[in-house]
Amino acid sequence: MAAASGSSRSSSPDLDLFELLLRLGDDRLVLGHRLSEWCGHGPILEEDIALANIALDLVGQANLLLGLAGTVEGAGRDADALAYFREAVEFRNCRLVELPRGDFGMTMMRQFLFDVWSWHHLGRLRESSHAELAGLAERSRKETTYHLRHSSTWVARLGDGTEESHARVQQALNELWRFTGELFVTDEVDARLAERGVAPDPATLREPWEETVREVLARATLHAPEVPVVARPARRGDHTEHLGHLLAEMQILARSHPGASW
Amino acid sequence: MAVSPAITAERIRELLREVKDPEVPVLDIVEMGLVRDVVLEGDDVRVDITPTYSGCPAMEVIEAEVRDTLAAHGITRATVRRVFVPAWTTGWMTDEAREKLRAYGIAPPAPGPAEPVAPLGFGPTVRAVSCPFCGSPDTVLESTFGSTACKSLHRCEACHQPFEHFKPH
Repeated sequence: MAAASGSSRSSSPDLDLFELLLRLGDDRLVLGHRLSEWCGHGPILEEDIALANIALDLVGQANLLLGLAGTVEGAGRDADALAYFREAVEFRNCRLVELPRGDFGMTMMRQFLFDVWSWHHLGRLRESSHAELAGLAERSRKETTYHLRHSSTWVARLGDGTEESHARVQQALNELWRFTGELFVTDEVDARLAERGVAPDPATLREPWEETVREVLARATLHAPEVPVVARPARRGDHTEHLGHLLAEMQILARSHPGASW
Repeated sequence: MAVSPAITAERIRELLREVKDPEVPVLDIVEMGLVRDVVLEGDDVRVDITPTYSGCPAMEVIEAEVRDTLAAHGITRATVRRVFVPAWTTGWMTDEAREKLRAYGIAPPAPGPAEPVAPLGFGPTVRAVSCPFCGSPDTVLESTFGSTACKSLHRCEACHQPFEHFKPH
């Protein structure tokens, strides 16, 4: 492909960078798809529109990240090939983003936990030694700031709301908490990338993440549960049963009509 | 058809003012700060544009209209390149563009570089947005996301008009 031939070099592709871009791109692609499921089903019109807009931002970020991944890999795969023609075991997203959307409280709590991580992560990624990745982080951080403003507002409002809304969003937190550990696992790929200054070491993001999360939970009168977090194996293609179902729906059009554009 | 010698980068920038943002049709892409560079190489013209948001669905339409507009003026060998670094900011919008937005009923972003936006959605962190209709600063944020990702939804307490605000970005 033209995109690959333009930038491919004789040296072997940077597989660590490729892996990182898949992890970051897949998180956003899968979460964006989950949010898009709300389109036409939001609790109020304004929220329907907000969720669709956030989904669009995330899918847009995924498109850029997976596009760059394809260029780095240099094997002729573009963003569409990576999004639509990989199997679940090849996806590198964390489990948190693939869980079913649940009720509105579950969707907002998951969004909030992810947004806080993403906001801190992108903040550090802006200093990446990889100029293009730093640029994408700069752009995405601005978008993510508005996502977090939105999700933090809702978590505070639902938690410190009615008995019903409080119970539901606390239940969501109880169910989601154990999936947050995966965000902070540093494997050998992360360690090498951190050493090269390409991306932050995930383990170093836990403290700032917890600080922001606890600030909002306190305002929301919610309590983080004392449950062990599922951390390993992280981002190696081990998924819950839910990802396969999500991909079946997301990928069927592209697989049934290869090359179709709309 | 060869590009006539009269064609300059300045002339192309003028032509590009015919290309409007499909989401905000009172603004052209030059005054929005989307056009980063115009490069002439022999008969080829390259227009560099910076997308606003990662997922902005208007970008493909804008790219097609750049090519169509230039073609209509005899410039057929034009390509559009997306440039992501540095990231687009509302600080690149001209004063004229901000005034056009206000007249159109959309509260514009403040002039100058966009200040960092606080990540948590509560507390006294949001600058008051003045109503584009009556000018009152007594307005309420309804939703961080309006009809598009780049706009938020507000309500004026003085004239009771709902309105959108082009968010600082």
